[in-house]
Amino acid sequence: MADEVILQDFWSSMFGMRCRIALAEKGVKYEYKEEDLRKKSDLLLQMNPIHKKIPVLVHNGKPVCESLIILQYIDETWPDKCSLLPSDPYQRAQARFWADYFYKKFSDLGRKICTTKGEEQEVAKKELIDSLKLLEGELGDKPFFGGEKLGLVDLAIVPFYTYFLAYETCGNFSIEVECPNFIAWTKRCLEIESVSKSLADPQKVYGFVLHLKKANGIE
Amino acid sequence: MGEELKLFGSWGSPFSRRIEIALKIKGVEYEYLEEDIIHNKSALLLKYNPVHKKVPVLVHNSKPIAESQVILEYIDETWNDNPILPRDPYKRAMARFWAKFIDEKCVPTIWKSFMSGGPEREKAHEEACELLSTLEGELKGKKFFGGETVGFVDIVASFISHWVGPVQEAAGVDVLTEDKFPMLYKWAEEFKNCPVIKENLPPRDKILAFFKARLEMLTSSYKNRV
Repeated sequence: MADEVILQDFWSSMFGMRCRIALAEKGVKYEYKEEDLRKKSDLLLQMNPIHKKIPVLVHNGKPVCESLIILQYIDETWPDKCSLLPSDPYQRAQARFWADYFYKKFSDLGRKICTTKGEEQEVAKKELIDSLKLLEGELGDKPFFGGEKLGLVDLAIVPFYTYFLAYETCGNFSIEVECPNFIAWTKRCLEIESVSKSLADPQKVYGFVLHLKKANGIE
Repeated sequence: MGEELKLFGSWGSPFSRRIEIALKIKGVEYEYLEEDIIHNKSALLLKYNPVHKKVPVLVHNSKPIAESQVILEYIDETWNDNPILPRDPYKRAMARFWAKFIDEKCVPTIWKSFMSGGPEREKAHEEACELLSTLEGELKGKKFFGGETVGFVDIVASFISHWVGPVQEAAGVDVLTEDKFPMLYKWAEEFKNCPVIKENLPPRDKILAFFKARLEMLTSSYKNRV
């Protein structure tokens, strides 16, 4: 019986991009459903009644929510190709730790950089750079966080790159100057087709951020 | 080869208690090191968890693992008896979803409903009740979130069974009561009575005393602000 896989998503969502990369890496055929976040569909509200958010992966009618949970579900359901997690439990724990770190640290920083000014913005910028430097340390000499190939942590973090143009322009700073190794890593990721095909265009994302700011009355 | 297993924890931390529960379920021997997380974190803790500087940290043959849910999954993958997470990928995804719901939504909101003052407290209280109602819905008449045996979600939810009672007594605020949440209340009683859990309950009197003191400080500082 053929699998029915649907991804309910929004084009500029970093969380959705993670899932797109994973599905592409695994070679899973799926239907992409773009959601209008101002007017959420009945299907989305039915599939994610608790949080009412995208992304949602619907596999043979059964919904999986929360992007990191979706990534692990994809990895466990289609295990034969491109493992996202290593087989060793300690290394798996390290990958989960860093994916969790990224989520805890970066959730709010981007928004603050784009929508605040003065002291608050400076603090957010500094936190962003400090956290990226910590990630650079964790990456070390490896080509990817997953080692020789993409892993869970790479997928968790790389979509964030699509917002860098927006952060740099709003915050008037250069992430590449401060964190060259991090940017080198993003460029390596972008050379991989499943990544480049899944990420939104940073120019479009920046335009969207400006549009949201204007709509919310933020200078 | 002898295994060296250490757990850095704190008597008052629901997060470190989760790890003790899991290790006991697995029947694994470990050395417990009590940390003074408020006044004086040890050099070893800071070495093993330089990023967050928090408990719990599990150190297995000198390799540290931090973040309670990450540690729980590590324990489950390292010691295979008495599984904590289901084998089926979809059921695992559901367990992870509810564990995340508890940690990201329930824990901070319940905390706020005890620890804040005035209108902020009322709002948090209302939200906490909604969240607990949603969580209760997930029980769906099962004995435990994990089904017939204690699982990942039950362990993560131990904050609710062990801490909510003494803290609500200290705060004089009822969040989890038998008539408001009969199934969750029943789950808490079943959970606390499991042999493995019963032997390892946190010290109720100490928790009560600690929170009474904290709340007195908070209430007096709130009164001074108003």
